[in-house]
Formats: sequence, C-alpha cells, structure tokens
Amino acid sequence: MTVFIIRRLSQSLLVLLVTSILVFVGVYAIGNPVDILIPADASIAERDAAIRALGLDKPLLAQYWSFLTNALQGDLGRSFVFNQPSISLIFQRLPATLELAFVALFIALAFGIPLGLIAGLKPRSVADETIMTGSILGFSLPNFWQGMMLIMIFSVWLGWLPSSGRGETGEILGMTTSLATLDGLAHLILPATNLALFQLSLVIRLTRTGVRETMPLDFIKFARAKGLSERRVVFVHVMKNILIPIVTVVGMEFGSIIAFAVVTETIFGWPGIGKLLIDSITLLDRPVVVAYLLVVVTMFIVINLLVDIVYSMLDPRIRLSDTQ
Amino acid sequence: MSAMTLRFRTSEAFWARSLRGILGSPKAAVALVVCLLLLVIAVIGPSLAPQNPYDLAAIDFFDARLPPLSESMTGGTYWLGTDGQGRDMLSAMIYGLRTSMGVGLFSGIVALAVGTALGLAAAYFGGRIDTLVMRLVDLMLGFPTILVALMLLAFLGQGVWKVVLALVIVQWAQFARAVRAAALVERGKEYVEAATSLGLSKTRILFGHMLPNCLPPIIVIGTLQVANAISAEATLSFLGIGLPITEPSLGLLIANGYQTLLSGQYWISVYPGLLLLVLVFSINIVGDRLREVLNPRLAER
Repeated sequence: MTVFIIRRLSQSLLVLLVTSILVFVGVYAIGNPVDILIPADASIAERDAAIRALGLDKPLLAQYWSFLTNALQGDLGRSFVFNQPSISLIFQRLPATLELAFVALFIALAFGIPLGLIAGLKPRSVADETIMTGSILGFSLPNFWQGMMLIMIFSVWLGWLPSSGRGETGEILGMTTSLATLDGLAHLILPATNLALFQLSLVIRLTRTGVRETMPLDFIKFARAKGLSERRVVFVHVMKNILIPIVTVVGMEFGSIIAFAVVTETIFGWPGIGKLLIDSITLLDRPVVVAYLLVVVTMFIVINLLVDIVYSMLDPRIRLSDTQ
Repeated sequence: MSAMTLRFRTSEAFWARSLRGILGSPKAAVALVVCLLLLVIAVIGPSLAPQNPYDLAAIDFFDARLPPLSESMTGGTYWLGTDGQGRDMLSAMIYGLRTSMGVGLFSGIVALAVGTALGLAAAYFGGRIDTLVMRLVDLMLGFPTILVALMLLAFLGQGVWKVVLALVIVQWAQFARAVRAAALVERGKEYVEAATSLGLSKTRILFGHMLPNCLPPIIVIGTLQVANAISAEATLSFLGIGLPITEPSLGLLIANGYQTLLSGQYWISVYPGLLLLVLVFSINIVGDRLREVLNPRLAER
C-alpha cells in the first residue's frame, strides 16, 4: 500500500512539473505583455525600465528557474493588471467558483439519481425513453447557449431572477457564501442550473446503467426471495451498489465542473476564477493565467490521486497490477 | 482470395448492421436524415443562401437588427431577421454551419486517424511503446477537454488551424484508448496468428486485418467526438479564443447576439443556437443508437 501511494505520488509530482514547464513556456514564449501594459507613447527608456522591473529581459530558462523557485515558496508572480500577487487573486476568487461548483453538483445528484432510477427500473417504457432523450438533449445543449437562454427566459422575459453577478453574501459557519441570503440565492440559481445540466445528464445515465446491470444479479433475486419489499430492494440493495461508481465518476467530474465554470462565469458575470482566467487571457496578464492553470492542475492531480487511492483500497487488483 | 472475400463480407455486414440498427429506431432514423440534410446544406450552402453575408456590397447597414420576417431595403425578406451589421441571419447561419461542420468533421477525422494508429501500435507492439502511449492517454484524459483546449488556445492564439490542432490534441486519446482495448482482444485471435505465420508484413496485419475488426468502437466514438468537437469549437469561439471574426462559426454568431439579448433582440443568438443544438443533438442520437446496436454486451439484453 505504501509503495503504491509513493509511486502514485511521485508520478503526480512529475505530471505537475511537466505541466509547469508547458504552461510557463506556452504562456511566456508567446505574445508580448509589454505592448499591452505600457502606453504607446512611452519613451524607449521607460519601456526598458518596465521590462527590467517585470524581469522580462532575462533568458527564458532563467525566467523559468526563478519562476519555479518562487512557485515552490507560494509566489507565482504579480498580476500585471491588478499589481497583486497572482496566487492571492486566485484564492480570493476561488470560494465563489467552489460554491457554484458544489451547488451545481448537488443539483445534478438530487435530480439525476431519481430520474436515472425511474428510467432504469422500467427500461423501454415511455418514461425511460423521455428521460434518456432528455439526457442526450442535456449533453447536446451547448453550455453557453443554454445559459443565454436561461437569462433570456428568466431574466429578460419573466424578470424573475437576476442575470449577472453574485449578489449579497452572508456568513454561515464563518464561510462567506451566497447561500446565506435570499438575494445571493436568487443570483445563484441560474448559473448553478447552467453548470449542473451536463452533469445531471451524466448522473442520469450512470444511474440507469447501474440499475440495469444490478437488477438481474443473484443477490437481488435473493433479496426478493427473502420477501423484502420492492422499495427496500431498490433503495437499500440496489442503491448501495450503484452509488460507488456514481460517487467515483462524479468525484472525477468535479474537475470538469471547475473547467466549465469558465463558461458559466463568463455568461453570468460570476466573480470566480473562470472569469478571471478569460479576462487575464484577453489582457495577456500572464502571471494570473499561469497561477490559474497551476492551481487547477494541482486540484485535478490531487482529486485523481485520492480517487486512485480510495479505489486501490476497495479493489486490491489495481494496486497489484500497478506495482508489478 | 477466400480471406479477401471473407473480410469483405464481414465489413459489408458491419455497415448493413449499423444502418439497419439506425433505421430500426424511428428517433435515430429521423436524426440521421437531419444530419445528412444539414451536411448537404453545409456543402452547397453558398448557392442556397439568399445573401453572401461577408460580401460588404450585399449587406446594408440600414437593415441592422431587424426582427424576423422583416422586409429588406431592396424588397427581399429577412426570414430570421438581421444582426447588428445588417446581415441576413439565415445566410449567416448557413455560412456558420459550413464552418462549424467543417472544423468538427475535419478535426474528428484527424483525431480518429492519429488515435487509431497510436492505439493499434500500442496494442500490437506492447512493451515500451504501449507504456508511452498509454501514459500520454492517461495524462490527456485526466484533464477536461475544454480546459486543455482553452489552455492551448490561450498560448496559440486565434485561427482556424489552431482550433483544429487544439481539438485534435484533446480528442485523439479517446480513440487511442478504445482502439487499443479492441485491438488487444483481436491480437489474441487465431486469424492474426494465421496471418503472422503466412509471413504477412506487420503493417498489413495491423491495417488490413486487425483494423477492420476494431471498427465498431471507432465508429461510435468517432460519431460522438464529432458532436463534441462542434460543441467545443462553438464554446471556444464564444469565449473569444476560438475562430477569428473573419471566419464566423455558429458559436461566434451566438456570441454576437449575447450583447443584444438583454435588450430583447433575441433572434441574433436564438436561431444560430437552435441550429447548433439540432446539429449536435442529431449527431448524438445517431451515435447513441450506434453504440446500442454495435455493442454486443448491450444488444443481447
């Protein structure tokens, strides 16, 4: 077990290092931030001074080395635009994105599992066909367009919900969150729905497949033969068995929710890291782009690592095949 | 000779089975017809569109932001209204469909070719090649498509070929993994052993004998990936890091309407979005049906 964890940990560190090189080279080798930050009428001396101040005159390798040593001390450079440490910018905005992501995940599970159960318990029925076609529709709806349609219907036409921003936040258990105020909740509904729809479709499919694979198994027949009620068979025996794959896949999909939050935040003007990323790309604010990518990649690597470790605990075969 | 005819028959049966499977479900049959119809529209688009929306002489700025069914200055009808520059939306959508389908299909096919070749090689040669390819696949699949594409385009900048490149990079791994799994099963079968003992070259065994038998997963993933590619391209263009303004895809058209949506001029983004939805939805329906038909594990139930 320890060998397995050490192996996976060193692999993860390698991936992180490779990513940092790719990100650095990609971001720093292309485009020139000087053109954006310095007014066109600046003198050559002012220009040079600015380049030196930002450290852009050094060779690329030296820039990477200082970047790496600084990064290991938690310093990912200062934003050219905000003149703030880029990592603190990311951490300021991260809670808003995480809040959005968790609420979206909750919506996906709360609606997806029951719908998947209905579809899976009565395959080929009208309900099943409708739910499954709906889930393909959910997969096919372009995320950004669906968000715009939500705004059009609920903000422009009906005027029920606000279309942009995070609204008022309050405190629950020391955490600043939109969930604490009615205004915050109203602002949260549309973006969270927008982000949840794709995952909702996924959860429906996973649940349905799980139910259909579990129902013909012997232990279900046995449970029925024991005379257990159908309700108990479905909600205890079947549910227990299908929840494991659902939780795993959804855990791994959390990364993709964070990634898609870029789109949602852009549409709904949600002040999270995704909107920050797009703004920074357009303004060529490289330190922020680098910090975003490294923070998000680290998050993914940690999630993947945790999933692997949990899985290896549940299923020793994975651990064995990897150490061989 | 007999091996040739046998192979011909299996692949014929394969296509027949796929087609029969799709037609067996009314929903999938309709979706297939819609896909083909949209493809035809995309191909012959310019002669179909009422106006060339990118010919400055053809558009009239005084016709800007007209609602659907308005009369144009010259007496024609704008069936789906006009955008902020006075372009006929219907024409702009036909041109956008061309770009979207072109980018989606092309990047899907290239990713299919690259992924299939790497997957086959990994399965057939095993050892280091296998390890290397599969590590790369794991690395690629560990990150969400949209994030990797976003990252690449943030570095590369805008442009049609850059978008295609980014889409190929994010898509090949899916093919490679599926093809490797299918090829590993095929490699153990007797016909490969027979071909090897006949002294056939490795390339011939790989592409002539193993590849045709790995087709079902490739076709299914290929269909679904084209839908994904079209969707991803639209999303990237919407975010302003995909296609340039000079080559507007459906995604860019929708983005143009985003500004005016709040003032109630819905048609500029609603209709291109509906077209995109219909396109991606029908491809997904066909792909989903193909998966059911071609997957023996699901078919027997």
